[in-house]
Amino acid sequence: MATDRTHRIGVGLMEEIAILGVGMHPWGKWGRNFVDYGTHAAHEALADARVDWNDVGFVSGAITVRCGYPGYVSGSTFARALGFNGSQVSSSYAACASGATALQVARGQILSGACDVAIVVGADTTPKGFLAPNAGDRPDDMDWLRFHLVGATNPVYFGLHARRRMDLYGATTDDFAMVKVKNSRHSVHNDRARFTKEYGLDDVRNSPVVSNPLRLLDICATSDGGAALVVSSIDYAKAHGHSDPVRVAGISTVTPTYPDTVIDLPYLATDSSAGTPEPEVGFKESIGHSVYAEAGLGPDDVDVAEVYDLSSALELDWYEQLGFCAAGDAEKLLRDGVTTIGGRLPVNPSGGLGAFGEAVPAQAIAQVCELTWQLRGEAGARQVDGARVGITANQGLFGHGSSVVVRR
Amino acid sequence: MDSDDPHLLGGKIAGRDSYFFPRHLAGGDPGVAGSAQLEAVELSSRGTVWSYTTSDYPPPPPFIVNTDPYKPITVAAVQLRAEKMVILGQVVDGYGPDDLHVGQEMKLALDVLYEDDDNEYMVWKWQPTEPIESGLA
Repeated sequence: MATDRTHRIGVGLMEEIAILGVGMHPWGKWGRNFVDYGTHAAHEALADARVDWNDVGFVSGAITVRCGYPGYVSGSTFARALGFNGSQVSSSYAACASGATALQVARGQILSGACDVAIVVGADTTPKGFLAPNAGDRPDDMDWLRFHLVGATNPVYFGLHARRRMDLYGATTDDFAMVKVKNSRHSVHNDRARFTKEYGLDDVRNSPVVSNPLRLLDICATSDGGAALVVSSIDYAKAHGHSDPVRVAGISTVTPTYPDTVIDLPYLATDSSAGTPEPEVGFKESIGHSVYAEAGLGPDDVDVAEVYDLSSALELDWYEQLGFCAAGDAEKLLRDGVTTIGGRLPVNPSGGLGAFGEAVPAQAIAQVCELTWQLRGEAGARQVDGARVGITANQGLFGHGSSVVVRR
Repeated sequence: MDSDDPHLLGGKIAGRDSYFFPRHLAGGDPGVAGSAQLEAVELSSRGTVWSYTTSDYPPPPPFIVNTDPYKPITVAAVQLRAEKMVILGQVVDGYGPDDLHVGQEMKLALDVLYEDDDNEYMVWKWQPTEPIESGLA
């Protein structure tokens, strides 16, 4: 059967849903039960939305795989913690993109008419050190093999991508460090971030190398945290006093299109393009293409972005993958101050992962929380003036990635 | 397996130039989804560097640290010319990131991953085809 390859990327304009409320538990290394963080965030989001818990018809949980069975059934776990109210429930896992997937499931429920209001919750309690695979000898698990056979930790993949920017585009380690410096300046104004210290170039230069060319301060930590969104149909929002809500205009959780020839977590090899030419749009670029198509917007419309800086260098990759500039021009965008608060297109005004550390199932939700505050004009000293359109981008293991476009 | 000229065994979809590694965790080619037979084939033992990095800290288990103290490992992603796919592997001992660059020619080598009382467990690694030139970028 002939396949139309361009047809697969994006379905075109999607109906919007409203973000009525957002909430977050501050990120940190608190060592408490992840349910505490998620419940805290959910209560905050419900209060922000001015929605009664018993009006919520759908609970969409993002799964954590590090906290045992309650984490696997996170939707039910959060529903019980908030008080079982007879709502429908679902739990989603897509590695770091889990939060966006949980939002996408909630959107589907709302747009199909199955419910008017849904809550999306993600939270995690993370161990210290490198994220490692599940225990036991599991040679049928790519995530196990990459550690066992190659020692390919997550930072190894980040290092590969950073080094390629240097050899292809002439990026420098100071360019990478400047991403950290910029985002740390943003984080000073965010009391929900874990690290709120302003770092200088020398701090990054003097931190130890983890995966050449990346240093410790180039790479995000792992954190505890929780985030939640209360979302509804546009009609419900208007009928309940939200006349001009921030809206979800697009969500992308596309898989790669074969052959994906860029090596990424957790694979030991890429697809082969010997028999099938590479798609015109690469995987990470296709995440943006799809979300722009749903929103009916393009890169020129974006006022503010929250992108996944698992490493400082990966933030620069996203500038290009989301169409903010051509391949190889990201360093210029950074150096010109375009992506700093006060610039034309601030990136990671929250401080990004560098300031938060990653709480996997909460992170994609937290990105949407930040953009919601930005579009409402509630971001305080880190406010991006006049922001009307925001985009998130996120990557996860096993061919996952996500992007959400919000607008007002 | 010829230890002087080692090859990785990959998967290839019958009748298509679609290669996968490792074979037992092959993906699919959507052009033939559902009916594809996977053959075992020897993959090219040469390619060019797509990128490279290090792990300056010991990776967690199931990686087995066999140097004491831990000696940072170098990792390269190498694009095979014929198969047009990139395969990750450690770089053989004696080469660091300063000895590598994108586009550099590499060949496959066999090395010990770790050993126990009874066996040496072997793994593929990448090795520059040319000796180190001083001053190479």
